[in-house]
Amino acid sequence: MVPFAGYEMPVQYAPGVMKEHLWTRENAGLFDVSHMGQVRLVPHSGDVADAARALETLVPVNILGLAEGRQRYALFTNDEGGILDDLMVTNAGDHIFVVVNAACKADDIAHMTAHLSDAVSVQPITDRSLIALQGPKAETALARLVPDVAEMRFMDARVLDWDGTPLWISRSGYTGEDGFEISVADDRATDLAQALLDMDEVEPIGLGARDSLRLEAGLCLYGNDIDTATTPVEAALEWAIQKVRRRGGEREGGFPGADVILDQLENGAPRRRVGLLPAGRAPMRAGTEIYAGDEKVGQVTSGAYGPSLEAPMSMAYVATDHAETGTELEGDVRGKRLPVTVADLPFRPATFKR
Amino acid sequence: MKYTEDHEWLRVDGDLVIVGITEHASEQLGDVVFVELPETETQVAKGDEICVIESVKAASDIVAPVDGEIVEVNEALTDNPGLVNEDPTGEAWFFKMKVEDMSQLDDFMSEDEYKDMIG
Repeated sequence: MVPFAGYEMPVQYAPGVMKEHLWTRENAGLFDVSHMGQVRLVPHSGDVADAARALETLVPVNILGLAEGRQRYALFTNDEGGILDDLMVTNAGDHIFVVVNAACKADDIAHMTAHLSDAVSVQPITDRSLIALQGPKAETALARLVPDVAEMRFMDARVLDWDGTPLWISRSGYTGEDGFEISVADDRATDLAQALLDMDEVEPIGLGARDSLRLEAGLCLYGNDIDTATTPVEAALEWAIQKVRRRGGEREGGFPGADVILDQLENGAPRRRVGLLPAGRAPMRAGTEIYAGDEKVGQVTSGAYGPSLEAPMSMAYVATDHAETGTELEGDVRGKRLPVTVADLPFRPATFKR
Repeated sequence: MKYTEDHEWLRVDGDLVIVGITEHASEQLGDVVFVELPETETQVAKGDEICVIESVKAASDIVAPVDGEIVEVNEALTDNPGLVNEDPTGEAWFFKMKVEDMSQLDDFMSEDEYKDMIG
């Protein structure tokens, strides 16, 4: 167990990181992600569009266009174009439901309360747990308890009944696998987790494998790969910024740091988040400096061994001149320069049910 | 077999000392994914950091337990770092040292003493 954002979290269970990782890719892994922040934005007007419009003032994302029962990835930005947090946003019909990172949740709630209170009531949810079930057998397992999940596709969100308990289920996650995130009342969470763990397909998975799974999937860990000093364009997260919020779009700008981010969307940024594949077996961990000849051109922000990749992998920010896929660079590992190649992200293609 | 506070085991074989890490250490490290071995024919001093082990969790150093010369390293670990988890006290030895003064080993722990230390 390790302390993580004020919670005691398991790094691994008995099988260990490697086996847990591979289990999730082949079967179904259960993750307790209850440390994450769940918040409801309830519009004063009763019209969810008013909540969506308000939230759009804090994120460069098309929230108004999010249909009822759909979920989307978003970013809180600051005035410099940096990233305050990344989050998941769901149109829950009569309100907006957001899930934010544990380490940022107090700040995020304060941020939303300060800026959105004219339009919405910001309601942190403190009596619900969050369980992620990820992997190719997640649907089979969860459908035994809640048959209707089989009809959901990637990024759908529904409230479905399990044994008299409403579950807020989305078909999403952070492993690159098909799967679900399930918000459940605290007093039913243990029963739900146990009912899933009792199934042959399901094993509990710790933070260690969660990290290697998300890294193989090319997904950012807030605080490592993105933070207030990185912009969405530097972070290669342009896909999260829909056309309608870009220059020439119907609701262009109107979020913190829009001038910086909209300019970078058109003209590029000086550095970029890329994948790196070391030639040897030595993992290049966070902090490893990246060189092109004698010139330092970047730094690793996440690095580990990829159990499915069967090779080490890293994410790094490198100068845009050196960010093209296939570029040969070197990483400084304990004073030795070791070759790396810039690689496309994700390292392993996602297997979502679209 | 002798044990160090750094969770290394030492086995004497003639004038050589074979060095590896304990089962306890390999369990604590988790799955080992990379091993960097020292160069052979190098003189090392007790406490020198001469190997790196990377597991899925973190990087750790192996220190030279005594003064001596590295005469052989276990190349099998380079290709198959997982051996460290599978057979830490057997096949997954790290290096063999030629040691002039075997009395350096006198202060190390016995198996029982080591077991007491790790609890």
